[in-house]
Amino acid sequence: MYAVGDLRKGLKIEIEGVPYLITEYSFLKPGKGQAVYTVRMKNLLTGSTMTKSYRSNEAFGEPNIEEKELRFSYKENDDFVFVDENYEQFSISAEVLGNSKFFLAEDMKVNAMYFNGQPIEVTLPFFVEKKIIFTEPGARGNTATNVTKPATIEGGYEIHVPLFINQGDTVRIDTRTGDYADRVSK
Amino acid sequence: MTPESLSHMKPALEIRSKVLQAVRDFFVGRGFVEVETPVRIPDPALELYIDAEPSGGAYLRTSPELHMKRLLAAGYERIFQIGPCFRRGERGRLHNPEFTMLEWYRLNADYNDILMDTKMLISSVARKVLGGTSLTYKGVQIELMPVWECLSVEEAFLLHAGWNPVKKYDADRFDLDLVGKVEPGLSLKCPVVLKDYPAEAAALARRKPGMEEVAERWELYIAGMEIVNAFSELTDPVEQRRRFEECAAERAKAGRDVYRLDEEFLKALEKGMPDAGGAALGVDRLVMLLAGADSIAGVRAFCS
Repeated sequence: MYAVGDLRKGLKIEIEGVPYLITEYSFLKPGKGQAVYTVRMKNLLTGSTMTKSYRSNEAFGEPNIEEKELRFSYKENDDFVFVDENYEQFSISAEVLGNSKFFLAEDMKVNAMYFNGQPIEVTLPFFVEKKIIFTEPGARGNTATNVTKPATIEGGYEIHVPLFINQGDTVRIDTRTGDYADRVSK
Repeated sequence: MTPESLSHMKPALEIRSKVLQAVRDFFVGRGFVEVETPVRIPDPALELYIDAEPSGGAYLRTSPELHMKRLLAAGYERIFQIGPCFRRGERGRLHNPEFTMLEWYRLNADYNDILMDTKMLISSVARKVLGGTSLTYKGVQIELMPVWECLSVEEAFLLHAGWNPVKKYDADRFDLDLVGKVEPGLSLKCPVVLKDYPAEAAALARRKPGMEEVAERWELYIAGMEIVNAFSELTDPVEQRRRFEECAAERAKAGRDVYRLDEEFLKALEKGMPDAGGAALGVDRLVMLLAGADSIAGVRAFCS
């Protein structure tokens, strides 16, 4: 169990069976009064965030969370199969992966978070490189980056890219947002 | 702390040094005697929500209050002290478990006299350190003089929280609303004084004559930060003992450490102590304000 005074940014806690990650934390206390701890946290199951205030008599559970370093191996129907350093296989569903499933590549190292033995989140390297398989040609000579057009990457995911990006180019994508970052090559 | 971050805070520490000097000049110039009382003590003051740090069978003081009042009772008329205090578990933007407190006390004075002291003190320190009484803190222009907004706790709660804690006190709701609604609603443009706290929220203050449900206590806020707490001191030994005992029982119920009653202090009250007023000022926060620092860590060297 954690007391409210143990809370800090980055700590994972459990409230009513749900694991949360603390993203912001503040301690307020009138000189003679009770401390009020305001905590902003992210629900690790749904990704939604909430802010709550607590007084010093609150206690929080310690979630049973395990993190594994895995490498992506292959896709089988709706499941994605990863291996650890001993080549033990771990299957993670497309639902848990969300949009990350479009950014995986063979042998890519990922961090998988398990809660009570179930995978709940997979973190990819911040940037991945993907080839554009379809986009309409942009206006010639237009190098502005604030005007964008849709483009489809290998695997079928659609991103928005600047007009100077052409079909066949390789681009870098930020996996945290799923957005275009920059061009790697023509 | 790295040498780089230490050298980065040099301007703030220079302001800190000037503040300390200006505070001493102010009090010495008004006939106050600077005193030093023990930092490691057997019986810290019993307060509901202030926890002392144990230190080898004794405790580190959470405030020098009880010792300074014993000096008052022994006939010292005007005293002040600047020194370290310790409060377990208090860490945040405005808190550090070790911090520097200024306390001053006067015989034959009440909380209104102490408010006049405070106004002159803040103005005198600002003039010496900044050369004037206007400053900008976190983008807000503050005029330290001449207007200090003064409102009762009752008015402030009715205005910002929509209920009256003086009529019916609710400790949990009071503290939550104080930090969540009342403090954020206070003006940032000038100093603000909240006065006349529910008697339950002022363990060491005298009840207000003719208005027994409140205690003669005020708090000074500047830029939304609580800077000074002041009382008309409670000098009645019977009432003081009763409040300490109630507090000890509440602390035991809440699972907090229970400190012994400071019998030497109570004995001093029993021998008779004239009316007195006193205040405690958070020196680190005053320096934050004058140095434009966002957190207490920016004005204390080696504050982790």
